[in-house]
Amino acid sequence: MSRIGQTFTALKAQNRKALIPFITAGDPGKGLTVPLMHMLVEEGADIIELGVPFSDPMADGPVIQRASERALANKVGLKDVLAMTAEFRKTNTTTPVVLMGYANPVEHMGYEAFAQAAKAAGVDGVLTVDVPPEESAGVSDVFKAHGLDPIFLLSPTTPESRVEQVAAVAGGFIYYVSLKGVTGSANLDTGEVARKLAMVRKHCDLPVGVGFGIRDAATAEAVARIADAVVVGSRIISEIETAPDGECVQRVRHLVAELRRGVDAASK
Amino acid sequence: MKLTDLPDSRGHFGPYGGIFVAETLISALDELRIEYDRARQDPAFMAEFEYELKHYVGRPSPVYHAKRLSEQYGGAQIYLKREDLNHTGAHKINNTIGQALLARRMGKKRVIAETGAGQHGVASATVAARYGMECMVYMGAEDVARQAPNVFRMKLLGATVVPVSSGSKTLKDALNEAMRDWVTNVESTFYILGTAAGPHPYPMLVRDFQCVIGRECIEQMPELTGRQPDVVIACVGGGSNAIGIFHPYIPHENVRLIGVEAGGAGVGSGKHAATLTAGTPGVLHGFRSYLMQDENGQIIETHSISAGLDYPGVGPEHSYLKDVGRAEYVAIDDDEALAAFHDLCRFEGIIPALESSHAVAHAKKLAPTMKKDQIILVNLSGRGDKDINTVAKVSGITL
Repeated sequence: MSRIGQTFTALKAQNRKALIPFITAGDPGKGLTVPLMHMLVEEGADIIELGVPFSDPMADGPVIQRASERALANKVGLKDVLAMTAEFRKTNTTTPVVLMGYANPVEHMGYEAFAQAAKAAGVDGVLTVDVPPEESAGVSDVFKAHGLDPIFLLSPTTPESRVEQVAAVAGGFIYYVSLKGVTGSANLDTGEVARKLAMVRKHCDLPVGVGFGIRDAATAEAVARIADAVVVGSRIISEIETAPDGECVQRVRHLVAELRRGVDAASK
Repeated sequence: MKLTDLPDSRGHFGPYGGIFVAETLISALDELRIEYDRARQDPAFMAEFEYELKHYVGRPSPVYHAKRLSEQYGGAQIYLKREDLNHTGAHKINNTIGQALLARRMGKKRVIAETGAGQHGVASATVAARYGMECMVYMGAEDVARQAPNVFRMKLLGATVVPVSSGSKTLKDALNEAMRDWVTNVESTFYILGTAAGPHPYPMLVRDFQCVIGRECIEQMPELTGRQPDVVIACVGGGSNAIGIFHPYIPHENVRLIGVEAGGAGVGSGKHAATLTAGTPGVLHGFRSYLMQDENGQIIETHSISAGLDYPGVGPEHSYLKDVGRAEYVAIDDDEALAAFHDLCRFEGIIPALESSHAVAHAKKLAPTMKKDQIILVNLSGRGDKDINTVAKVSGITL
């Protein structure tokens, strides 16, 4: 079983839900990513989603786009992200790392070469947001052959007829995008998300993580009640963006601790 | 599969094209594909499209024998397909009418568009006014500054122009922002994509709406000259005017098809937008095609005097036509395009768009290598009124 599968199995045995924080590799500085990753684990992250910077992050809102632009200004590319993961793995061999990004940097490296390098670096799952199952023929197989879980998105606009098709190629967990729109959008309707998740679970055995619109303990708790995992991205990046120099790790630490309390409150 | 039968059912032109978008847009693209499929087999839809092209756009656009220019260049006879004479001054309106009719058919009351030079923005604002739809146009902040007359035109037509300040502040960033709007408002909104690029079915449907250009030429050239041209030349940014004139000529195997990209300060300088000439395949904006990218797969900023060609990707069908050798692609730099711009002004009394001037500039190079009884057909995709400020500026003149 993959590290992601083991993580969800262990959480289930404890009747707990997963917290999956997202940070963009190389933001705010090249040297801060690995310390941030370790801190996230200390504060209760079960899986880390590490954003691969891309020049044209079409599915992201302004907050994550700015994180990408800062990381690119720090000259961080896909190879650096793999190196950071390998560095993290020197002292952490248990927390899964999922790379989240866009197709082109991976395509440019070559899917086979990327899968080999990612596995060697200690990556567990890969989400390429602009590669839907229709275009992933072959790619998912390459990832799976190297022991990487191909993570796919489902959204409020995904028809029921399509869920099975996505589930057939997906691995690790399903990432349910709770809102139409880009990352960082507001207003989460958990009732609507719950109805949709019930439909998803009819067709899919994988754990389901929910992202978009989670910003504090209360929203984290509400989502943890209905999902297997809570994914938080833009809210964390905002904290990184607004933190005074030198205070970034500490500020994110407080936020993640709060989110953890919210997620755990759902299990009580 | 025959070249003219492409794309396949999932939008692939060989290895290019496809649907590379986040999950939220998949159902909207499915809906568009299904509705377009119905529309193009619906005689009433096609009849209305043709009626609008004739009575609102002013089609067919003429083909004109540029005799003085041909004499000046010495060699082949140069003919111009006068898309600059269309309503709104460019070929872009052919596509926006088609897509607006589709939007109306699908019950969408709000349309959005991205624009580079502003021609597609103006054409979108125009059809939105014509059919009573709300219109929002995304435009790179840098393009807003260099295309002020078109920005004002869009506002006069009732559209809201949103300057985009992310990334390189040009067409690619406007496209990102339009996609973000669409993903947020996907149920109420129709995205009028301006070029033969983006996720399937856009490259196919934009091509189909633009093919009126080439189909008219195939009728007009024999009437004027007794035969089809030896060479067809068109400028290529995203590639909609080029695919519109090329596609109907694909089965005419003796007709050479040449796409002209923006060479900017010269392909060797790195400051250009010659994607097919100097790029490599990759995935951007929902499709696979040649791209301008660095060693990490990041998209590179492009440079051209012409905002409409300043794009780091290119329509997927052009990538395929290049690979299979049915079309050739060359680059023309800023200075060569400007010289051709002035030639057409002075010898023919036509002020061409800087985009189209790239195509004329390549005719200038090619004509002297051909015989006097040979024929070059240039797609004059747009008029140049919008560019006079740019041309004045490079000439050191303040208007």
